[in-house]
Amino acid sequence: MSSLLSIKNLGVNFDTARGSLEAVHGVDIEIPAGTSVGVVGESGSGKTVMCRAAMGLLQGSNVKRSGTVIFDGHELTAMSKEEVRNLFGSGMAMIFQDPMTALNPVRRIGSQLSEGLRVRLEMSKKDAMVRSKELLELVRIPNPTAVLNSFPYQLSGGMRQRVMIAIAIACNPKLLFADEPTTALDVTVQAQILQLLRELREDLKMSMVLVTHDLGVVAGNTDYVAVMYAGEVVEYAPTTKLFADMRMPYTEALLESIPKVDHKSGTRLAVIAGRLPNPTDRGAGCSFAPRCKYAQEKCHKEHPELKKDPDGHLYRCWYPIGVAL
Amino acid sequence: MFKFGFWLQRVAQLLIVLLLVTFGVSMLLRLIPVDLATILLPVASEEERVMLRAELGFDKGPIGYYLQWLGNFVQGDFGKIYFSGGTENVSDHLKQAMPRSLLLMVYTQVLALAIAIPLGVLSAYRAGRRSDKVISNTLFTLSSIPNFAIALLLIIFIGVKFAWLPTLGYVPIAEGYWEHLKHMIMPVISLSVGLIATYTRLLRADMIAALREDYVTMAASKGLSDQRILWRHVLRPSSVTLMTSAALSMGGLIGGAIVIESIFATYGVGFEVFAAIAGRQYIAMQSTVAVIALFYVFFNLVVDIGTGFVDPRTRDRRVNA
Ligand SMILES: Nc1ncnc2c1ncn2[C@@H]1O[C@H](COP(=O)(O)OP(=O)(O)O)[C@@H](O)[C@H]1O
Ligand code: SF4
Ligand SMILES: [Mg+2]
Repeated sequence: MSSLLSIKNLGVNFDTARGSLEAVHGVDIEIPAGTSVGVVGESGSGKTVMCRAAMGLLQGSNVKRSGTVIFDGHELTAMSKEEVRNLFGSGMAMIFQDPMTALNPVRRIGSQLSEGLRVRLEMSKKDAMVRSKELLELVRIPNPTAVLNSFPYQLSGGMRQRVMIAIAIACNPKLLFADEPTTALDVTVQAQILQLLRELREDLKMSMVLVTHDLGVVAGNTDYVAVMYAGEVVEYAPTTKLFADMRMPYTEALLESIPKVDHKSGTRLAVIAGRLPNPTDRGAGCSFAPRCKYAQEKCHKEHPELKKDPDGHLYRCWYPIGVAL
Repeated sequence: MFKFGFWLQRVAQLLIVLLLVTFGVSMLLRLIPVDLATILLPVASEEERVMLRAELGFDKGPIGYYLQWLGNFVQGDFGKIYFSGGTENVSDHLKQAMPRSLLLMVYTQVLALAIAIPLGVLSAYRAGRRSDKVISNTLFTLSSIPNFAIALLLIIFIGVKFAWLPTLGYVPIAEGYWEHLKHMIMPVISLSVGLIATYTRLLRADMIAALREDYVTMAASKGLSDQRILWRHVLRPSSVTLMTSAALSMGGLIGGAIVIESIFATYGVGFEVFAAIAGRQYIAMQSTVAVIALFYVFFNLVVDIGTGFVDPRTRDRRVNA
């Protein structure tokens, strides 16, 4: 199976006042064409940085990226910023966690939506507006003409997220990075947005990277799952396999931390005792060791290598669940 | 979307500010422990002074005096400037001084903004890098030179040594635009330098904050060029502080360019205030200060309207205001 996106040994460091912060380290992910891959992990585990680094969207003199990213035959990490930019919109696109902050507050929806069409597809102003209206209909916005003339602050959260999806799919991308697209939304709206993404993915034959901190979201919406912890992918498997036969103690802890349905907390925030390690100083051993109930002496001393089951299931653990040692 | 109630309220607020300012100046005047009539008419007879007191309302209480002055002011009677032997109307002085000050202000603002906006955008875009440091340090150094020193340097080199530009006086536009401009260039540069530094710093800070926003990454992920993102997506939401600062300095330039107006003998409104104080022409001072306050308030209102266009969120807040 050919990969649409192939990430090899991706690393991202930020120079900060407190020293070098290693946000992403040694990430390997293959995203086969036509699939949806979930990326799960607690807040701060490096999901956003990983996606933005893959697309080349991290700006600033304090960002150091290493490794290789190949998208649709293009080695992004060897291309200039301008060359990579030519793949945005029609190749890769991204939707963001908070649709309030990700839409420009001072520009009308119509101009933000038609902009990509005009710049990337070189449409005329009129054609772009007509297409923009179609796109709003495509994301099931009931009154597209009014919305085109609105400012983001005049719309509800769910509407804004639909607008953002419309902007992202405007130029028919092959791969959509959806960075926690439902985290900022009400539970009922979350389900609608996920449903919309599922349908669009099918209609547009689009692959997707679905980032979330909620294993529940991953379940019905992805073919593969990458579990991230402290900047690393610690487990990677087909979604059904992961739920049925997980290897990582961290994945298990994530799953156990999903609140019961009757637990009326609104959002489902994963809570695991303890905290993520300090990203400017990750000790020598397994980064999960201080919180892991299976941890043994070796875990504190040696960083676990990436291991691969015969079926391709990847994990990083000295004492994986369900494997006889 | 014109929120009538909001603007009515805003105008009322500004009118109250105007009344308070003019009343304050009026009270200060009456607090001076001297006889104003004697100061205005030093060599006149007592009868003439009694007449002046009655004419100007000095014989009334402070509030009566203020109301009389205000009544005259709103009808365009700004009072007189008294000489030994004659008077001139303050309004005639202002009629001559106001276009000079307004033009000086407009040129200064245009020059300052035309330079500060690109510099601010560039230094925010290159924040922390060489070009940013060069811009920041240069502007910091320049802004620490007082504007009269810049004026003197310009006069010494451009005016005297190379004799490129005239060093003194004002030429109305009617007598030739180029001649007019030649007289304005050096005063305008002297006044702009400090403003350029301030404006660049404000815009840079707001742009750096805006560049961290998700909508910038979003715009980048649409495949837009950095240029387009900076000018079309980041500049506008970052310019509200700059606009407010510009409004304040517009008022300041109308009434506060005393030193520069004196050095270059362009004699605008600032100089009128100075002359009124130096010549103890208190009525002239009171009316001129009131006119300057009027301009402050007017520019404030203009910027209020302007920010509504630049940032629609401020318009929304007004609905609930
Ligand atoms: N621009 C940045 N500069 C410095 N540190 C950053 C920056 N962006 C993210 N980080 C750090 O990188 C780590 C991973 O963050 P992020 O990818 O946003 O996590 P997630 O999306 O999984 O919640 C965090 O420790 C965060 O503080
Ligand atoms: S390596 Fe050890 S500490 Fe790390 S997850 Fe596995 S068992 Fe737990
Ligand atoms: Mg995130």
